Amino acid sequence: MTLTRTHLDQLENQSIFIFREAYHAFKNIAMPWSMGKDSNVLIWLARKSFFGKVPFPVLHIDTTYEFPEMLEFREWAAKHYKLNLIVKINTEARNRGVGYETHDPVTVTHELKTVALQQALTEYRWDALITGIRRDEDPTRAKERYFSPRNAQFEWDYKDQPPEFWGQFATTAAKGEHVRVQPLLDWTEVDVWRYIQRENIPIPKMYFARSGKRFRSLGCSPITHPIASTASTIDEIIAELEATRTSERAGRAQDYHERNAMQKLRAKGFL
Amino acid sequence: MIEQPSSSTDTNSKLRVVFVGHVDHGKSTLIGRILQDTGSLPEGKVEMVKKACAAEGMEFEFAFLLDALLEEQKQNVTIDTTQIPFRTVRRRYAIIDAPGHKEFLKNMITGASNADGAILVIAASEGVREQSRRHAYLLGLLGIKQVIVVVNKMDLVDFSETRFHEIESEYRMFLVDLGLEGRCFIPASAKSGDNVAHRGKKLNWYQGPTVLEALDALETHRADVDFPLRFCVQDVYRFDDRRIIAGRIETGKLRVGDQLVFSPANKSSVVATIERWNAPANGPAVAGDSIGVTLSEQIFVERGYVASHESETPIETNRFHADLFWIVREPLLLGHPYDLRLATQDVKCEIVSIEEVMDSSTLETNSDKRERLERNEVGKLTVQTRGPLVIDNHDRIPNLGRFVLVDGGQICGGGIIFGGVYTDRQVTKSKNIFWSEGKITALARAARSGHRGAVIWFTGLSGAGKSTIAQALERELFHRAMHTYVLDGDNIRHGLNSNLGFSPEDRVASK
Repeated sequence: MTLTRTHLDQLENQSIFIFREAYHAFKNIAMPWSMGKDSNVLIWLARKSFFGKVPFPVLHIDTTYEFPEMLEFREWAAKHYKLNLIVKINTEARNRGVGYETHDPVTVTHELKTVALQQALTEYRWDALITGIRRDEDPTRAKERYFSPRNAQFEWDYKDQPPEFWGQFATTAAKGEHVRVQPLLDWTEVDVWRYIQRENIPIPKMYFARSGKRFRSLGCSPITHPIASTASTIDEIIAELEATRTSERAGRAQDYHERNAMQKLRAKGFL
Repeated sequence: MIEQPSSSTDTNSKLRVVFVGHVDHGKSTLIGRILQDTGSLPEGKVEMVKKACAAEGMEFEFAFLLDALLEEQKQNVTIDTTQIPFRTVRRRYAIIDAPGHKEFLKNMITGASNADGAILVIAASEGVREQSRRHAYLLGLLGIKQVIVVVNKMDLVDFSETRFHEIESEYRMFLVDLGLEGRCFIPASAKSGDNVAHRGKKLNWYQGPTVLEALDALETHRADVDFPLRFCVQDVYRFDDRRIIAGRIETGKLRVGDQLVFSPANKSSVVATIERWNAPANGPAVAGDSIGVTLSEQIFVERGYVASHESETPIETNRFHADLFWIVREPLLLGHPYDLRLATQDVKCEIVSIEEVMDSSTLETNSDKRERLERNEVGKLTVQTRGPLVIDNHDRIPNLGRFVLVDGGQICGGGIIFGGVYTDRQVTKSKNIFWSEGKITALARAARSGHRGAVIWFTGLSGAGKSTIAQALERELFHRAMHTYVLDGDNIRHGLNSNLGFSPEDRVASK
């Protein structure tokens, strides 16, 4: 190993630093895990930080509209990585009949993801959640901090965020509050792919093109659409991303249902 | 449109540039223009913002790209720090957009604190204003030396060369006073694109670089690896049979076999292994690396300890001088207990005195006796910590020479340390101090006193009556003509342990 560090090395080092600060600062941490590419990079970085171990529970918010391949991947990874996996379904909303068949995507996403997460937080009383959001995904995420407090109502006060400098973060949560810890904040979509390639990180096969289509971003099956693509290897995906100027979440219907949908979802606690 | 670099450029690190300047001088417009002219905007984004503008009945402006939240567009101010990537042929960049509004100082510091260089925007129509000066002062305090000054909105002053030079000479003098170097002054119009990515036709009296050329000429500041080693311990992990000391190399290099001194305990040991997961084992570690080490000889180490090489140790102290800026509404008060965080250290402290307060806009200093520091003020002050703190002078090793003050879990201000005195610990510890052997033996003492020596230790909960019993016992022994003395915990706190209080942590330390 030489003394020079690449851009990916620097990103990795910074993420590990954040993981370890969070693990020290909070008593009761969990890491939401969607089985998507960013999520799997997050698990990998946790293992980097803690020398092979993921020392906190991993939470899957199961909307019951998951792609079967994603669930298969979940079972495989949970065993392979020896994860303490918690699966949470908002059964109350499902019993009320909330679903894509009858409701609009913003309502369903809110009920089956955000409310389910709130239910899990109430049940397990986590004081910090480690999430895989990145600044480049969406304009509202550009303003995030590495450590971003959420109040008891789950709201993100983006107008009055704590200062963050010199490696010092907001590491205290009042009762009922929690802190979102975001180690991938500085990563871009291409960085994530290059890292998956370099580290050989297992990811669901749905990201790779089959019969002219592939998924660029993965969510609930009824509202997530594949893009036209022939990229069947990571190299081809990176080449495709470098040529495209379409945004990553273009295939995610809930973002476009109404103007400012993403902002509304996020202010209410969506990741 | 600037040619996109080949993918090999991506392995290089990016340069982080903070954009600062007075409100409405055109920072956001300049950023929007740079993104547009370097082809860095995803298609969806412009469309999204254009649609939003139409819905609000407003004309599209580049600035709106950055102010993507609806509320910001309504108020027409940038609310928070954003990081936006773009590329030139030479390399990749992250733009850090800092707000112009006075009350948002903490966001600017958040954004600027990890920048490699700065672009400071001054509107030609308004000239040097309060925040033009305040921001430059803070850049100096944060250690950002490379500053490009863009004199924007030249279109509003008819692209006047005279006006440009007026602003340049006034502001250049101000920067010199701060010890900052104005890399270059560029007349530009972000709105029309003159001298941003392309030369401005109406500015042909100007021969210097465009904004992008000036950016490409900046250097990535990475001297950290050439400083003395500072490895700051985050935690000690025992997930398996290894005891791994985990942390980040703030500065310098670390190799297997290095003899490390851990401060403040001043214990040393040798690096047995350098631990990384799914990476080549034992490769040398350099500044910025998050690693783990195991030691050949087990010594007590915990979070907050700083490892260095024996020949270049940091300062250990509980009192030091600092320049401190205050960013929250509640003023800083003398004597109030604050948490001080420096790298991974966290100790209680108080401000003993405020020697001088500076107005960061006018640079006027005031040395009247002050007992508080208000928001946005910078003070020269003396800090006293409850326990020993490991520090460096900021001008020697910046990473260990800066700290934040925390009150009620909230970061309230940041300071940089100066004037600390380095001592050679090798000499004082290992060469000058010898154990002095007494000539009178324990046996001779016992013969003379009529009894042998003993220590009786009273333990029990606070208020259980330890002191009362000890004093009764002492009186009894004294009456029997025995030599005796009570070492009461409270009495020891008057001298040897005077820096310990009665908080739970202090009680542990006092045992």
